Amino acid sequence: MKIVRFFFIFLIFLNFYNLSYSKDNEILKKKISKNIRCLICQGQSIYDSQSDFAESMKILIEKKLNEGLNEDQVYEFLKKRYGQWITYNPDFNKNTFILWLLPILLFFVGGAIIVRKLIVQKL
Amino acid sequence: MQNRIKLIFISLLLFFCFLILFEALKKSNIYVPDKVLKKSLPKFKSQDLDLKKEISSDELFVDSEFYLLNIWASWCLPCRKEHSILMELSRNPKIKLIGLNYKDKFTNAKKFIDKFGNPYSDNMIDTDGTISIELGAYGIPETFIINKNKKIIKKYIGPLDQNSLNEINIILK
Repeated sequence: MKIVRFFFIFLIFLNFYNLSYSKDNEILKKKISKNIRCLICQGQSIYDSQSDFAESMKILIEKKLNEGLNEDQVYEFLKKRYGQWITYNPDFNKNTFILWLLPILLFFVGGAIIVRKLIVQKL
Repeated sequence: MQNRIKLIFISLLLFFCFLILFEALKKSNIYVPDKVLKKSLPKFKSQDLDLKKEISSDELFVDSEFYLLNIWASWCLPCRKEHSILMELSRNPKIKLIGLNYKDKFTNAKKFIDKFGNPYSDNMIDTDGTISIELGAYGIPETFIINKNKKIIKKYIGPLDQNSLNEINIILK
């Protein structure tokens, strides 16, 4: 009897585990689909788009997550097929370094101008 | 003097910005993935349209020097346009034509083949469109030319035409 009870408790825990696992995957799927551009409705993410391509892409992302791929691996998989453009979050490389560094540079230049003005005013 | 330098500097900066934006206007803002991939063909499994049994890509891509993988559907109008080209290519023994039927109804696909002829040695089904994404396709029709080492050597986005037929014939020579 004890063994049966133990078995049932184990089954319940197993269900909870599966539930949380699929919920995690669902959240991750949503996050990834919001970061992937649709090639048919360009300008929309596949999360927002309802084109055939976007619908298939959502199924594929789910499949890949169920296969055990993590978020970065899914992005890598899609980048290999469609190029860097497919993600809304471009990598830091020789084509994108201006995109990443310019805001930081402008921030420091702006800061320097403000500091200089303040010093001049104080003097 | 200092004001003049400032003015020249700002004018140059504005001109530079204008030049970049003006050049960008000429560029198309529609992104198309690279056509020549030179990548290995991904492995996939799917149902055969005629045999209704599961076949893996390893079983399909054997015993030919070149393969042509064509993504098609009965509801796709450009696919009808390129069908005569595929029929012509199917007569060339150097290349094996494999079809990938994309998100289609079985009866409609069958009707299409019966009406226009069957250029394919094998026809696979892609019911949810995921195999096409594995291949790097994003619309139909799309055609891949694959060599015997299972490398994608050429990719055509959109329907094949006389020019693409000539290009493929050059590859096959």
